[in-house]
Amino acid sequence: MAEYRTHVLVCAGAGCVSSNCKAVEAALQDELEQVGLAEEVKVVETGCIGTCDLGPVMVVYPEGVFYQKLTPDDAREIVNEHFLKGRIVRRLLYKAPQSEELVERAEDMDFFRRQYRIALRNTGVINPEVIEEYIARDGYAALGKVLSEMSQEQVIDEIKKSCLRGRGGAGFPTGLKWEFTYKAPGEEKYVVCNADEGDPGAFMDRSILEGDPHTLIEAMAIAGYAVGARQGFVYVRAEYPLAVERLSMALEQARSYGLLGENIFGTDFSFDIGIRVGAGAFVCGEETALLTSIEGKRGEPRPRPPFPAVKGVFGKPTLLSNVETYANICPIILHGADWFLGIGTEKSKGTKVFAIAGDINNTGLVEVPMGTTLREIVFEIGGGIPHGKRFKAAQTGGPSGGCLTTEHLDIHVDYESLKQVGSMMGSGGLIVMDEDTCMVDIARFFLDFTRDESCGKCTPCRIGTTRMLEILTRITEGKGEEGDIEKLEALAHAIKAGSLCGLGQSAPNPVLSTLHYFRDEYEAHIREKRCPAGHCIALLKFVVDPELCRGCGLCTKVCPVGAISGKRREPHQIDTDLCTKCGACQEKCPFDAISRH
Amino acid sequence: MVLVKKNAHLMPLVGTRTNEQKGAKEMVTLTIDGQKVTVPANSTVLEAAEAAGIHIPTLCYLKDVSQTGSCRVCVVEIGGRLQASCVFPVSEGMEVKTNTPLVRESRRTTVELMLSNHPQDCLTCLRNQNCELQKLSHELNIREVRFEGARSSFPLDTSSPAIARDPNKCILCRRCISVCSEIQGVNILAARERGFETVVSPAWQEQLANTACTNCGQCVLVCPVGALVEKDDTEKVWKALADPDTHVVVQTAPAVRVTLGEEFGLEPGTIVTGKMVTALRRLGFDAVFDTDFTADLTIIEEANELLQRLENGGKLPMITSCSPGWIKFIEHQFPAYLDHLSTCKSPQQMFGALAKTYYPEKAGLDPGKIVTVSIMPCTAKKFEAERPEMQSSGYQDVDIVLTVREFARMIKEAGIDFINLADGEYDAPMGISTGAGVIFGATGGVMEAALRTAYEVVTEESLDKLDFTEVRGLEGIKEASVNLNGTVLKVAVAHGLGNARKLMELIQQGKAEYHFIEIMACPGGCIGGGGQPIPTNTDIRRQRMAGIYAADKDMPLRKSHENPAIKVLYDEFLREPLGEKSHELLHTHYVPRLKYSEVEHPEAKEETKRGTAS
Repeated sequence: MAEYRTHVLVCAGAGCVSSNCKAVEAALQDELEQVGLAEEVKVVETGCIGTCDLGPVMVVYPEGVFYQKLTPDDAREIVNEHFLKGRIVRRLLYKAPQSEELVERAEDMDFFRRQYRIALRNTGVINPEVIEEYIARDGYAALGKVLSEMSQEQVIDEIKKSCLRGRGGAGFPTGLKWEFTYKAPGEEKYVVCNADEGDPGAFMDRSILEGDPHTLIEAMAIAGYAVGARQGFVYVRAEYPLAVERLSMALEQARSYGLLGENIFGTDFSFDIGIRVGAGAFVCGEETALLTSIEGKRGEPRPRPPFPAVKGVFGKPTLLSNVETYANICPIILHGADWFLGIGTEKSKGTKVFAIAGDINNTGLVEVPMGTTLREIVFEIGGGIPHGKRFKAAQTGGPSGGCLTTEHLDIHVDYESLKQVGSMMGSGGLIVMDEDTCMVDIARFFLDFTRDESCGKCTPCRIGTTRMLEILTRITEGKGEEGDIEKLEALAHAIKAGSLCGLGQSAPNPVLSTLHYFRDEYEAHIREKRCPAGHCIALLKFVVDPELCRGCGLCTKVCPVGAISGKRREPHQIDTDLCTKCGACQEKCPFDAISRH
Repeated sequence: MVLVKKNAHLMPLVGTRTNEQKGAKEMVTLTIDGQKVTVPANSTVLEAAEAAGIHIPTLCYLKDVSQTGSCRVCVVEIGGRLQASCVFPVSEGMEVKTNTPLVRESRRTTVELMLSNHPQDCLTCLRNQNCELQKLSHELNIREVRFEGARSSFPLDTSSPAIARDPNKCILCRRCISVCSEIQGVNILAARERGFETVVSPAWQEQLANTACTNCGQCVLVCPVGALVEKDDTEKVWKALADPDTHVVVQTAPAVRVTLGEEFGLEPGTIVTGKMVTALRRLGFDAVFDTDFTADLTIIEEANELLQRLENGGKLPMITSCSPGWIKFIEHQFPAYLDHLSTCKSPQQMFGALAKTYYPEKAGLDPGKIVTVSIMPCTAKKFEAERPEMQSSGYQDVDIVLTVREFARMIKEAGIDFINLADGEYDAPMGISTGAGVIFGATGGVMEAALRTAYEVVTEESLDKLDFTEVRGLEGIKEASVNLNGTVLKVAVAHGLGNARKLMELIQQGKAEYHFIEIMACPGGCIGGGGQPIPTNTDIRRQRMAGIYAADKDMPLRKSHENPAIKVLYDEFLREPLGEKSHELLHTHYVPRLKYSEVEHPEAKEETKRGTAS
């Protein structure tokens, strides 16, 4: 086997693929050939490294130098400078947002330094398309251990003992689910993976599927053995073509290696996995809707009980977890539940992957121990808020969650603490909002999403979310009325209590949460027709500061409705009746004389 | 005569979840509103509450038809959380509260939300005063709708001659979907789109008339509001009655006489034949006749056809053709098997053909001036009357078809005090009939009537026991064997198209060893027809059936071949069964149809290509 002096990990997660990492990698390979280093430097295409905002990125080992925002020309430069001459290309290094210092090595970046990777242990490290790379990192050792050394009950006990909880939403103890499915009467059982990740901005499941598909396959096989199933399904959304492609490839490899199919490892355990592609309905992430969709029917939830563990897909006992949950299984089996129990908080063990997005310097995917504070996630790992703005709130749990405010920066994030402050873990989306964010509009935004994604089966969700959205829209348009807040609250409580499934039961959360922490903003919109964050266009007034205006007339030229008038070289005025608040004048003014209030 | 009842396929009428079927004998005790209730362990909370005499309002739930838990009206508090009682299973020691502030507020908000997206045109709605949403709103003491907003705006679908759809009135309870797919197995209606835009419609928002809809009208029967209704043809009848130049003839189907009374507050199954005849005269019909007359005629033609097929090695099993919903079903779903159908027209159409040939000839009328109206338990009869095959008199044989509900509306509009009407008598000759014609109204009736005649014709012996009880009742598929002079005639009876499909699949597989099969599209036969009074449910079907068999018992003549008017008809006009005139007027042919709409849907192809689930 060839010995390489340098390994270059090129991120080929979907984010980097769309910022053209393939061209960067091709240039890299080509240049290595040109300078004759192809035998010394190995380029590895990996899954998502996590720094999606910085892509295309690469990490050069053994030093661990992290290069970002690369072009094909940059890649050629790195070959010539770094690999040939041993000089780090400093202009391509990462600059820490607060200190503005250049950071050479990935492990010195706050973004990576504070992470603890279990679910993402291989993502961004191995080539997901090469099964040997997975096997080299203890891949399929857990399955081997389970099949050769452990009884079904022992496997279930180990998972129960680890206190692993579902990473997709409510945090139900995973081991209990396994036990229920195992104990449910019935010959035919199924193991299903929910990869219908639908929360806006959350993409940890996609990254694992793209970056480490074998960990899912191995975990599902272990689960199949434990609960007594011989068929698994991965329900993945059609919007994840790369994930589907890599998973399909991995399934083929696993089958050809005898790690799936009949008599795995020569035992009498047989198991295989099929892929079911969803058509993009958010509600299909709800477990009963997902199962209904697998059956080939319209993806709509059904009442529980019966729970999937008793009556799941095709009416048979079914174990259902999401990708991130399964990604924790193999390490638990290999290192033992006690190891896992050493990580996290009292009731939430292990780690959680967060997708950080919004008004934050380092957007991307991070895995941290349960109990990491919100402050650490936002200000250290996330690098704080851009443009020196103030932190206002963070939304967790996606459109079903709630917001955390400055007063929550020091809470230790886990299932319980988030629930206590009116939010939830959900799948781990974390959207950071700065001071310019209007919380009424944010609530409207999330409700617009859930309203749109309501399946239409039950009345409270189908009509109630529409009515709530109508009220929120009119508030942000300056047409709010006294009593609207009370109506929102009445609807929110009725929808939460009365809806059939988790989508409806959680849809009003962003409204209740913002009403709780930012009620004054709602009141300002309704009573004073004012948007305190200066965001809601309908409530804004554009004014010319006569002190700053030089009367250049650029604004009158750009105004599409002729609302601005004034003599040359004299301060201009905006006719607020005519003004459509498009903002073009403000953008155009060279003297910053136009402001909005 | 040997009459052997075989171990028939035990198929419930519908998805009835009787406790025996659920197989549990175990009992659990729970507390509902402080009251201890002991019920079978497989009960729902709603069933338990009913057993305890506690009323829980429901809307999407419909016993034997639909349990989706979707409307959220039947919520109760269990462990501090709201649960839909219609689908929530009971458990030992469970505490249920059905009347708490949380429960009341939730139910009320839910119904208010429904009303906020409902036209609320109650005063002019066809279902005014017989609307479950209206009733519920009143029951829950809703006096204002707090949450007004945008309303759905979907086009009306009036394409079908039988059924009209107004999706704007639909509250998405999905009973129609359940009955169409799970009971009838026709699968025309489904939910489309998502969220507030969700609409129940045929695939691709296709018009009902362009689908494989059988027009059976079971969806209309289960619709709690006015979203699915019969096409109203009363105005056409008023117009004909008001025209002095026309001679308006009416026929009344067998099943109508035991259901019409329900529209006026009488118990299901009450026989109101005499009042009905009087009401028709009062409305101004020139001749009041009975479809039972041509039901008897059907038996003569059909029994002869069967005997001919048996003798000449014709296509067997022969299947009845009285039910137009069934006919359209087989044309769409099993077009390769149309030669199994009896070529006999349905009694309605035999009547129409004779009413414009035999009757005017006998009465000295101009057939061009005759308007034929039928009062039917059926919505599909409206479609049948418009079929191009049904013009053998040289005119459209049946001009206007009214359902029982439309007919009742006319009686009410005319101010007729139906309950206190004196009994009237049908006109001769087409009003003379036997009990065999009456029992056409219930599942198994055509078979029983046919057996009464076939037995006597073949054996030349008189039947001492006329009641073939083996083919009666609500079991989904019934079988019997009759010994006709040494030949064992094997017969089967199915009602409800879901059961019909099962029989057809047996025929497809070559496993149906029957000579003769009766199929009715509607559960229970015509007494459960899509044109019958609302509500129509299993219990009511049973009561109506009892009425049918009581009416049969009351008749002086109970065998079709003994009908004197039929004998005269053959002597004077038709000459002989299956003769030339019969073939011209009383027999028909069928049209193979496609299972899916013939209209091109590019997006359908696209979707199939992608092969994605949703």
